[in-house]
Amino acid sequence: MRIQRIFTCNAVLLAMAFAGPAAAWEPSKTVEFVIPAGQGGGADQMARFTQGVVAKHNLMAQSIVPINKSGGAGAEGFLDVKASKGDEHKIIITLSNLFTTPLATGVPFNWKDLTPVAMLALDNFVLWVNSETPYKSPKDYLDAAKKAGPGKFNMGGTGAKQEDQIITVAIEKAAGVKFTYVPFKGGGAVATQLVGNHVNSTVNNPIEAVAHWRSGKLRPLCVFEKQRMPYKNKVTETMAWGDIPTCREAGIPMDYLMLRGIFMPAGVSQDVVNFYIEFFKKVRGTAEWKKLMEDGAFNQSFMTGKEYADWVANAENVHRELMREAGFLAKK
Amino acid sequence: MEELNALFHGFSIALTPFNLGLMFVGIILGVIIGVLPGLGGANGVAILLPLTFTMPPTSAIIMLSCIYWGALFGGAITSILFNIPGEPWSVATTFDGYPMAQQGRAGEALTGAFTSSFVGALVAVLIFTFLAPLIANFALQFGPPEFFSVYLLTFCSFVGTGKGNPFKIIASMMLGFAMAAVGIDIVTGQLRLTFGFTELLSGFNFLVAVIGLFGIGEILLSMEEGLSFSGHGAKINPRIVLETWARLPRYWATSIRSCIIGCWMGIIPGGATPASFMSYGVARQMSREGNKFGTGQLEGVVAPETAAHAAGTSALLPMITLGIPGSPTAAVLLGGLMIWGLQPGPLLFVEQKDFVWGLIASMYLGNIAGLIVVLTMVPFFAAILRVPFSIIAPVIVVICAIGAYTVKNNMLDVWMIVVFGIVGYAFKKLDYPLAPMVLALVLGDAAESSFRQAMLISQGNLTVFWSNWLVGSLTTLALALLFWPLVTALRDRLRAPAPAAR
Amino acid sequence: MENNDESAHRAVRMVTMDVIVAALIFALGALVVYESNRLGSGWDENGPQAGYFPFYISLLICISGAVVFVQGLLKLKSDMKVFVTLGQFRQVLVILLPSAAYVLGVQLVGIYVPSAVFIGLFMKIVGKYSGLRSAAVGLSVSVIAFLLFEVWFKIPLPKGPFEKLIGY
Repeated sequence: MRIQRIFTCNAVLLAMAFAGPAAAWEPSKTVEFVIPAGQGGGADQMARFTQGVVAKHNLMAQSIVPINKSGGAGAEGFLDVKASKGDEHKIIITLSNLFTTPLATGVPFNWKDLTPVAMLALDNFVLWVNSETPYKSPKDYLDAAKKAGPGKFNMGGTGAKQEDQIITVAIEKAAGVKFTYVPFKGGGAVATQLVGNHVNSTVNNPIEAVAHWRSGKLRPLCVFEKQRMPYKNKVTETMAWGDIPTCREAGIPMDYLMLRGIFMPAGVSQDVVNFYIEFFKKVRGTAEWKKLMEDGAFNQSFMTGKEYADWVANAENVHRELMREAGFLAKK
Repeated sequence: MEELNALFHGFSIALTPFNLGLMFVGIILGVIIGVLPGLGGANGVAILLPLTFTMPPTSAIIMLSCIYWGALFGGAITSILFNIPGEPWSVATTFDGYPMAQQGRAGEALTGAFTSSFVGALVAVLIFTFLAPLIANFALQFGPPEFFSVYLLTFCSFVGTGKGNPFKIIASMMLGFAMAAVGIDIVTGQLRLTFGFTELLSGFNFLVAVIGLFGIGEILLSMEEGLSFSGHGAKINPRIVLETWARLPRYWATSIRSCIIGCWMGIIPGGATPASFMSYGVARQMSREGNKFGTGQLEGVVAPETAAHAAGTSALLPMITLGIPGSPTAAVLLGGLMIWGLQPGPLLFVEQKDFVWGLIASMYLGNIAGLIVVLTMVPFFAAILRVPFSIIAPVIVVICAIGAYTVKNNMLDVWMIVVFGIVGYAFKKLDYPLAPMVLALVLGDAAESSFRQAMLISQGNLTVFWSNWLVGSLTTLALALLFWPLVTALRDRLRAPAPAAR
Repeated sequence: MENNDESAHRAVRMVTMDVIVAALIFALGALVVYESNRLGSGWDENGPQAGYFPFYISLLICISGAVVFVQGLLKLKSDMKVFVTLGQFRQVLVILLPSAAYVLGVQLVGIYVPSAVFIGLFMKIVGKYSGLRSAAVGLSVSVIAFLLFEVWFKIPLPKGPFEKLIGY
């Protein structure tokens, strides 16, 4: 009993100490940064990068700790955040598995279970082939695939029924070809398989394949964007990211961008959300961030609030539609 | 001798007081991380990665890679002392290391483990230094069929000589495979064997299973035999290091084989864990004292440790030259490179000479520093066994619980170690071998995916496993190893004809 | 000989345990067979389906479980080897039950306090150490773990109300 009383006393004192004049909310302890993907992947890099710039530029009084929860194609991480309702010290970075995992597996979570904070950037997708092959344009490549017959050309990609396979199906629909889709565990492995000629093409993110492009092993054919990427600095001797044509120009009416956005648990106040929005604005303002964006040829859109929520809602519909067409929805 | 010049340049970069200091800090942190089960090299490097943003990239990679060496060294410590593998690649070290500790030979086992780790790393670094450009592209030859044949080879080299009730061996191994299959199926994206429980989404973690089966299981067994670890009262004397060194050259053949297996597995990249199992299996088959493996043979510690460290070190080669991570830790380092603004790949050697050769120089220095650090601690580690069991037992349970939790920050895993502990206890007493189970658990998933990827590419044609000289010889070698014991048994039976028997 | 009889009565025989475990393994295998059949255990145009490998794996589990079961049944009368005696089993429970209670504690109030209590009590009750020494060891393990994980490595471990009080 006595112990209990002491506790209540302490709690009251603590509450009084913190309930000063309505100051802006700030984290009072370490912030957990959940990554619903494995170590070393794109989302992981971005989260650890954030942790690093926070430490370097003192952007926050408390530290930020990335935690990988990659199980079940990311479901583990999302379910964890969903279950942490009201936790003001937990944020999560998303990739497309925010939409694809619940749709493909039926695991019960949805972005509406979370509080949208901000869109950090969008990740591009590029159609790559090995540079030893003669294909100079998407048309060359798709014609060859058509000629070879259905299933003869292999498309490597990350995971099954996720963004890479969705794009593959969209290409197939648009061009009237049929690939054999071969899923691998990570984007790095996919790019290497293409360099080693074990698959015919991939739809790697720019950052996953850029090293092989620069060393002359891979050739980009087109980017799945509405317009060309804005980066004009030469990446290889002759080409910049901006020189890669869009797939639309080549007659594949498909554009796809992957969300790199921040969410947090439901049931937190707007003050808290505002703190994190301001925080990520600061992160995006650093020179390091700008370099990362250019190296990885990211689309640097930034959105918050209703605009962001609307974008996410729309993206969910797009994914449901694409996955329904491809037959990837979980059987009920 | 362009490489030598570059290497000396590298040494001049790595040998600043600041970098040397970072090296020792890294090694010590790495050893701690390696000792704690669950907290692996990958976690350790990931955790400390952001702290290195304020340093120049070369210093940062020196410190981070030293954490990695430290973790490679450190993994063996708890394997030998308490039968708890601190890292996945030290599971095979428990097979003979722990029996040695039980016989009061912990110091010898530790010295053997550390020294052979060092030898493995040294060979790998030499290859790194002089042959990197030549063998860099070797990894590119490995597509799904090749990877599958490598996994097959690992299984076959390890299982070929199993002893005991064959049905119990099969049951144990298949249970491992079944556990490996739980979770998302990478090829179809379907959930498998989760029976609707979201807790099972991420499947059974290898480390959690091993902490439970080996660590907690061993505590239960020790309790049953009365309150003591049998290693109690081991003689602790710094001279044990020199005495062990005098014995080690005897195992030169095993060392060489293990170095080859390790470097090869690191480069392709197959990983340190399969390398350690494969090396142990091959050593057991080739050694004259192979039938005594598992009872506390120094050779049985030398083999997996040499290979694990050789693989762990050479895993950095495909990472630097091709941007393929050869191990989870390498994957994190790879992310680090990109964050520092360096692009891994063939151009790194040309564009970032200081960085690459600084790293290679730090591989030499870091491993020497690591060996000094861990060898001086051998008497201290061995002394831990003198702590009375009623203190050490609950402490081990606590460490196992922490370790299980840190694997994925999941409370269920902490419960799992208790369950796995009971399973480990019962299986050990009933002669179900645990090694095939953990091997299947660690490789099952990768083996199955590469098999199915190969089937996708070849459109269901099994001859893909003999489609070129590389994959063909690997597959054939694997099958030969699998049936070798049968062949020898048959030959022995033919040679010793009826009269002797009847 | 009386003694012998008694201990045989108060012990679990190896073969009994063998039969029980084999039955459990068989049941587990059967469960997986059922589940992988549901997933599709065939071979379609994309190669093996999701349940293909689990199906054959679990079939092998069932077969080996069944064989060990029968092997056990055949020896049920004759084999007298002891799996565990009552006394030994009690010893095992001495660590197993507190460990389970400890894990429950971790789930409820975080890891640090139960760790100190578990180590302290185990030392005091099983090891017969003085209260002071037991408390000292228990507390120092917890404090070291706290410093190592929460403070230096920034790895969050399970925490409860006690840790909240000091701001974690």
